Amino acid sequence: MAVPYHAGKKRDRMTSDDFSILIGGEAGQGLVTAGTILAKALMRSGLGVLVTQSYESRIRGGHNTFAIRCAPRPVIAPRETVDLLLALTGDTVGIHQGQMTARGRMIVDTAHGAAESDSCVAVPFKELADKRMFTMAATGVAAALLGLERTLMGQTVNDVLGTKHPELTEANQKVLTDAYEWVGQNGFPKLGPPSARNRSRRMLMDGNEALAAGAISAGVRFCSYYPMTPGSSIMQAMITHAKHVGVMVEQAEDEIAAINMAIGASYAGAPSMVSTSGGGFALMVEGVSLAAMTETPVVVVVAQRPGPATGLPTRTEQADLEFVLHSGHGEFPRALFAPGDVEECFHLTRKAFELSEKYQGPMFVLTDQFLADSLRSAEPFDAANLQTVAPLIASADVPGPYKRYAITDAGVSPRLVPCETPHLVIADSDEHDEEGHLTEDLGIRVRMVDKRLRKGRGICGEVVRPGHTGDDSPDLLLVGWGSTKGSMEEAAAVLRGRGQSVGTLHFSQVWPLVGDLFVPQLEKAGQVVCIESNATAQFARLIRRETGFHISRRILRYDGLPITPEYILRELEALECT
Amino acid sequence: MVRIEDYGEFETAWCPGCGNFGILKAVKQALVRENVAPHEVVFVSGIGQAAKAPHYLNCNVFNGLHGRALAAATGIKLAKPSCRVIVESGDGCTYGEGGNHFLAAIRRNVDLTVLVHTNQVYGLTKGQASPTSDLGFVTKTQPDGVKVAPFNPIATAVALRAGFVARSFSGMQDHLTEMIVQAMNYPGFALVDILQPCVTFNKVNTFAWYKKRCQEVPPDHDPTDWQAAMRLAYEWQERIMIGVIFKCSRPVLTFPQHDGTPRPQALSESMQRYY
Repeated sequence: MAVPYHAGKKRDRMTSDDFSILIGGEAGQGLVTAGTILAKALMRSGLGVLVTQSYESRIRGGHNTFAIRCAPRPVIAPRETVDLLLALTGDTVGIHQGQMTARGRMIVDTAHGAAESDSCVAVPFKELADKRMFTMAATGVAAALLGLERTLMGQTVNDVLGTKHPELTEANQKVLTDAYEWVGQNGFPKLGPPSARNRSRRMLMDGNEALAAGAISAGVRFCSYYPMTPGSSIMQAMITHAKHVGVMVEQAEDEIAAINMAIGASYAGAPSMVSTSGGGFALMVEGVSLAAMTETPVVVVVAQRPGPATGLPTRTEQADLEFVLHSGHGEFPRALFAPGDVEECFHLTRKAFELSEKYQGPMFVLTDQFLADSLRSAEPFDAANLQTVAPLIASADVPGPYKRYAITDAGVSPRLVPCETPHLVIADSDEHDEEGHLTEDLGIRVRMVDKRLRKGRGICGEVVRPGHTGDDSPDLLLVGWGSTKGSMEEAAAVLRGRGQSVGTLHFSQVWPLVGDLFVPQLEKAGQVVCIESNATAQFARLIRRETGFHISRRILRYDGLPITPEYILRELEALECT
Repeated sequence: MVRIEDYGEFETAWCPGCGNFGILKAVKQALVRENVAPHEVVFVSGIGQAAKAPHYLNCNVFNGLHGRALAAATGIKLAKPSCRVIVESGDGCTYGEGGNHFLAAIRRNVDLTVLVHTNQVYGLTKGQASPTSDLGFVTKTQPDGVKVAPFNPIATAVALRAGFVARSFSGMQDHLTEMIVQAMNYPGFALVDILQPCVTFNKVNTFAWYKKRCQEVPPDHDPTDWQAAMRLAYEWQERIMIGVIFKCSRPVLTFPQHDGTPRPQALSESMQRYY
């Protein structure tokens, strides 16, 4: 089913106004730094930017890529073909040649045997810079060819690398100047991208950074984690803000400790979050059940990567939907959010905190490596004016005796924090009575299960409606969830450009599923195709289980690479849907 | 003044004659001696017969998962430093299921008082070996005797230079109360390993067995002498040393800069890096 990333023949660009740059090289060559500098400079020049990172699980060597797609409009999806290849190693050219567009160009070191041609800019890097500065020189040559202003580029280099070490700053700037001069002397024509229109200030941020920012804006106070790719960078981002915004971040001895610490902190009144990936989440699962039983708020972020077990540690997949949905023994309500872009990472993490504090239990954000590492230009979040979640903590003058688990119609009980009032706060992982003490009274057991499950009704009432684009009754409806959003919408737009009637339905909340909100749309469509980064169509099967609506046509990908618009178009052709 | 009645009297699920009763009484006495009111303290426990103890005290309780009490307690203390946090659980919970957290909690050195009920057998699950069972100890599930070497909590804690390491015995009320009081007053991770008989499942390490062996550390023992503490930690078969085995001063983990009111409004400034 899965088609290798590079299998496509030389293709022309899908749209005429966008430009795609691919930097290829070994781990340790400074590829991400170079890519981040270029992406940021392109954004500052006014372009919309979207980055796709592909890397191997190693510190040095291998072959990694950093792909930047930019356009004078928001870019929502990656593209497989390449207009400008920046080859940091000799191997890079061979690996990516097949992706080059007809008018594509490569920047190659003459030391790798490259000769000047229409498609190749051969650069004598040895003459331009010291060996340690080759990547910066290559970045400068690319920037000059792309027509990025020298001053904008210089400022961006300083902003990304910092200016703590004046000698290094000076050296970088000199290499940039030399690279720009070299390009100028050789009279290369300016490559794309088209000039930009949007000169408003925007941010360049990846999914994980947006997620951390969303948590902070919601009022998170305690985070604990054990490092695991691709979840780690959430806490890395959190730590960069921590002192400034007043968040505690603790690296735990394992994921079991991480979630138990977060639950403890939350019991003590601090809105809390943990982040991990599949294997680490497997260790947290008993804690999920504890949060549900003790009715303690906690936000759990699972950044998916291909499994089982260690799987492909640095690649992407959406195969943990069923796992997260069913995680934790026993029965309890929950919500699962699946952000589709950087903006949704921010806002849905806020929503997860809101629900978690309001309904006093574990809530989940499901992301994946593709989105986690995908830097994108985004409009600023209005962080100063967003409300923090109001932890639903009852006032201190609760009439005694205080009952932490008082049975209520909504299922939500008054929540106090220990050591703040004369009332005692008793939480127990055993089944417990209204005060919180363990009980074997089976009548209370039933009333407590019912009380906890009643919170599910409230959660259902706040479900995020699936996002719809295109015709209301299309011939073809594409259905997806999470990070495939942009690729799905771009593929649909391409087909609409060809005169086809195509709609998309994107779920940024995958649980609970409220059929009334989307089944009519499924029924109105001629054909429905579900698109997922997994091998077993977990979401399509979940829709069938919950609503009875069977989506038999599926586009699946599980080779560890993100679903692209081209991938969807190829697969639709194979399914004879186009 | 706090009175012992403030901590209540509860019907328990323990066997008559269980060592837990002596520990519960000493805990109450220590709280009263330190004038700690029930709402000022959080007791955190895991799962097991010992872990039920907080339910028999009128106080704030977080009775979480088996083995994870130290992790939950760490979160509670970090998030709310004004809470006095006492962890109370058994040897299986703390040294077996929660072994990694025990090591990490000592290294982390959050201000926690840790009371471990050590009876060298599993009670709640009915008589299997515990991490502290002696070699050769016969149980229903170890019919040929325990073949796994016992965990030495005192030696481990001393090896990691835990700030306060003490041992006591449920049958010596005044001594036990004194150890709990000292642990409560120690700023940092403070361990009291409390030997106790299990009258139902451990017919070897009985009240008399412990009574015969438990001796207070010699008056000339210097608890800041690490090597002397290590030697005392390995006393077991002939005599068992009770008292403060090791003490040292270490920085306590807190989040002074991050503590207090969250400042989400400062996020806008902090996000400048993304522009």
